[in-house]
Amino acid sequence: MISETSQVPVEQLARKTGWEVKAQGACRGEQCVPLPAGALHDGAVDLPAFAQRMSMPLLHDADHGLWSLGPQGGGRAMTTVQAPDLVLPTLTGEPFALSALRGKKVLIAAWASW
Amino acid sequence: MDAGGAEAAAPFVPADVEFPVVVDGAHRLGELFGVANVPSGIWVDEQGVVVRPPETAYPARPAFAALDLDDAAVVASLPASAVDRLRTVQPFVQQMQIEPEAYVAALRDWVARGSDSPYALSAEEVLERSAPRPVEQAQAAAAYALGEHLHGLGERVASVRWFRESHRLQPDNWTYRRQAWSLVDPSQGPTQEYDGDWLSDVQRTGAADYYAPVDLDPRR
Repeated sequence: MISETSQVPVEQLARKTGWEVKAQGACRGEQCVPLPAGALHDGAVDLPAFAQRMSMPLLHDADHGLWSLGPQGGGRAMTTVQAPDLVLPTLTGEPFALSALRGKKVLIAAWASW
Repeated sequence: MDAGGAEAAAPFVPADVEFPVVVDGAHRLGELFGVANVPSGIWVDEQGVVVRPPETAYPARPAFAALDLDDAAVVASLPASAVDRLRTVQPFVQQMQIEPEAYVAALRDWVARGSDSPYALSAEEVLERSAPRPVEQAQAAAAYALGEHLHGLGERVASVRWFRESHRLQPDNWTYRRQAWSLVDPSQGPTQEYDGDWLSDVQRTGAADYYAPVDLDPRR
């Protein structure tokens, strides 16, 4: 997730990473990680504290004022079999949610022009 | 998975396509599932549960792998500019482990039989078969995302720095490398910006190891 600030509203965090902040901590699928007190301020997560707690890398490009929060490291690429609520644009730019296909079997076919 | 966006992808999508086609410029499929090469397939069931993690997913054998480039009629039918490239690339592509027939048969079995299909894996197997993600690879995903974002902003020099960092952190990720190379040179040849290029890296890796074989042994 790319951010221009180190404080990210919890809604944005959920939309961009799938991690939802709940009473018990940051949750995705069956997984919940309790958050330290310093990781939340006024409905926003503090990226450095959040990243450290979640074992996620946080890169900072000071020249461009950008933060990049990566996925959890130290395990495997997938930590839950629940498909994330991935939303990507169609060729004409409308948002399309993977969850719109619930009720059907889905083959996600990853390809590229290059 | 294309930083070139809809503009790059659209020419490859038939007008009468019957399924949703979406653009993953930031390679979210890499971040979320561990996709590191294309084509890759992920199976998701009716409840939104992943039943096979990313694996090589050729729908058919690439047509150019079977072209007889010693046949004058075949060569005459191709654009002249493509023939030399095909002669160079074809032997490597022929060595790659691509088993579309078995993969498509397994996919059809799952479509017909659902969770009774032996190819629909248990949750434990799905997670176990998904790619390992050591700390460096998580960092590579964050670096790649910065590169892609900066590229989108027109900050080409800065994007190269982060793309290079993603390559350093995860040298065996083909999507990071091929994407970055192609933004400089569509044929992914040697460039000043990057240390690798497609042909040299395939030679170094060995064409037979370009794709991991798909494990279609029924587990139950």
